[in-house]
Amino acid sequence: MKALTTEPPRERAVPFTTISGRPIKALYTAADIAALDPARDLGGPGAFPYTRGIHPTGYRGKLWTMRQFAGFGTPEETNQRFKDLLKAGGSGLSVAFDLPTLMGRDPDHELSLGEVGKCGVSIVSLQDMERLFDGISLGAITTSMTINSPAPMVFAMYLAVAEQQGADWKTLSGTIQNDILKEFIAQKEYIFPPRQSMRLITDIFAFCSKEVPKWNTISVSGYHIREAGSTSAQELAFTLRDGIEYVQYGIDAGLDVDSFAPQISFFFNSHSDFFEEIAKFRAARKLWAEVMRDRFKAKNERSWKLRFHTQTAGVSLTAQQPYNNVVRTALQALAAVLGGTQSLHTNSLDEALALPTAEAATLALRTQQIIAHESGVTNVVDPFGGSYFLERLTLDMEREAKQYFDIIDRMGGMVEAIEQGFPQKEIAEASYRFQQSVEAREKIIVGVNGYVQEDEAPIPILYIDETTAERQLARLETLRKTRDNVKVRAALAALEETARGTGNTMYPLMDCVRAYATVGEMCDALRDVWGEYEEVPLI
Amino acid sequence: MNKIRVVIAKPGLDGHDRGAKVIARALRDAGMEVIYTGLRQTPEQIVGAALQEDADVVGMSILSGAHMHICPRVMELLKEKGLDDVLVVVGGIIPDVDIPKLQEMGIRGIFLPGSPMQQIVDFINQNVRPRAEV
Repeated sequence: MKALTTEPPRERAVPFTTISGRPIKALYTAADIAALDPARDLGGPGAFPYTRGIHPTGYRGKLWTMRQFAGFGTPEETNQRFKDLLKAGGSGLSVAFDLPTLMGRDPDHELSLGEVGKCGVSIVSLQDMERLFDGISLGAITTSMTINSPAPMVFAMYLAVAEQQGADWKTLSGTIQNDILKEFIAQKEYIFPPRQSMRLITDIFAFCSKEVPKWNTISVSGYHIREAGSTSAQELAFTLRDGIEYVQYGIDAGLDVDSFAPQISFFFNSHSDFFEEIAKFRAARKLWAEVMRDRFKAKNERSWKLRFHTQTAGVSLTAQQPYNNVVRTALQALAAVLGGTQSLHTNSLDEALALPTAEAATLALRTQQIIAHESGVTNVVDPFGGSYFLERLTLDMEREAKQYFDIIDRMGGMVEAIEQGFPQKEIAEASYRFQQSVEAREKIIVGVNGYVQEDEAPIPILYIDETTAERQLARLETLRKTRDNVKVRAALAALEETARGTGNTMYPLMDCVRAYATVGEMCDALRDVWGEYEEVPLI
Repeated sequence: MNKIRVVIAKPGLDGHDRGAKVIARALRDAGMEVIYTGLRQTPEQIVGAALQEDADVVGMSILSGAHMHICPRVMELLKEKGLDDVLVVVGGIIPDVDIPKLQEMGIRGIFLPGSPMQQIVDFINQNVRPRAEV
């Protein structure tokens, strides 16, 4: 009889690594999590350190909020898209602003050329905000607004609309992104220098804890860090370290940690590497709980709980064979759900080509509804808890994040690290490494460097024409002629005065907004006092 | 032989610079001299940089949809300054319908998401004007 071969089974000649380049073994066993102490490292769902989730019942109590990011053209066009999304079963609104609004420039500024209404909705003054939410009761919905440098101005406009509608600020709920550190690190939509930008944020913390207590004052975002090319562990580390920086600045501004920390929320990317992403979400909750309890001595349990929104990875979408993007997005969305997200945006299949069409946006929403109602994954809390592999990955992610915390702490904090270009360089390195691995075909992207198809039929895309810019420019001209300009000038002067001193900028901003000052005018007033930030470009 | 000189620019208000930076590095690794202008450059600044840096190639990364405003202006200014022989390439999110229009105004390389870095390097090597020997 022939002897059995003892040669180990052969593996394919490819690197077995995650999309972040992390090596993965063929098999994980109990030995890999020998150091895991379930009571210390996991807790139960709803119990410290919340690794298994912040709710005892997971999604059995409440499904995640299906919040689709939308915005393009004029406020009226976006208002219509909002109404369509709510009618289709969306459970919250999420506003995308155009680049002039995000950069605090009016449509008639030289750099706004060609950008008005292109990447989001154009909001110039309170008039536009009134149009954006026409027929939508702000007291009855929750709204997320992706706005950072001009967050105080746009938030003030939202509050003014709520005031007009007779809604009580105390009951308003929603989120402003308001995360400037990741702008310096990754997305680069900054206006003012870092320290003045941090003051605007702590002003909002203080203002909201008094006036709008249910509002999520910041959404500390890893999404853009990841899109800029970071690894999964870098996304986790830099985002939470940004969170630490905001809490520290809040405390340094004289606030009690528990007066503002419960209103801090997070925003992560869900990329294509399924298990690594789930591990990232679980590690994030644990890290934050420990930071808040042990580093900042927060007493309120709500300060310990990391709540987060997730968006599937825009950067993973391909212009080639765009229907494949539906599958990518579904897998990424599933990872977010298995990671316990509180709200989710699923990208549309056409977003490597343009802003989504209404049909593509609906399909993206349906993807979430299918996960929620057909897949069965919502029946059980944290189904991967206890998995040898996933628990090992979660511990590894946590360790790597803490190593970055130490490095950044030694630099003096995240503001200092940013000023030295540290996170920027780390991300640029990781993104170049990934691109090289794609070029070398160590990583296959279906339809791009593998399974390529010639002669693809084009798909319908949304084309934003130039009428938005013309319309917004004409409206701006009329506004400047018809409003009470004496009142506008006085309000802007009061804003500058506050900016020079130490008062809370939100109060004079409310007066500017009510007088119909434009986003550009309010930002210019602060530019005059604080100057603008310019980064040293690194490649 | 002299190195090919490339100005990589991010025009407009958009700050998403991952593509611009990856390409800048790939071109540098391919032996070119790369000057990255940084963010938020007006067409005037981009053409100014091309002139000052004696660029053979201008590469612009545009993802925001503003390309039909920025590109014609850049091409016009290059012509005005007598830089018509500079090779202009654009990368980013460009709808199909705009590609012939950009080509017509003299933009020779248009690279959409997913374009391999090597393809861009090869394109530049094959299409750049011959550089005078010193």
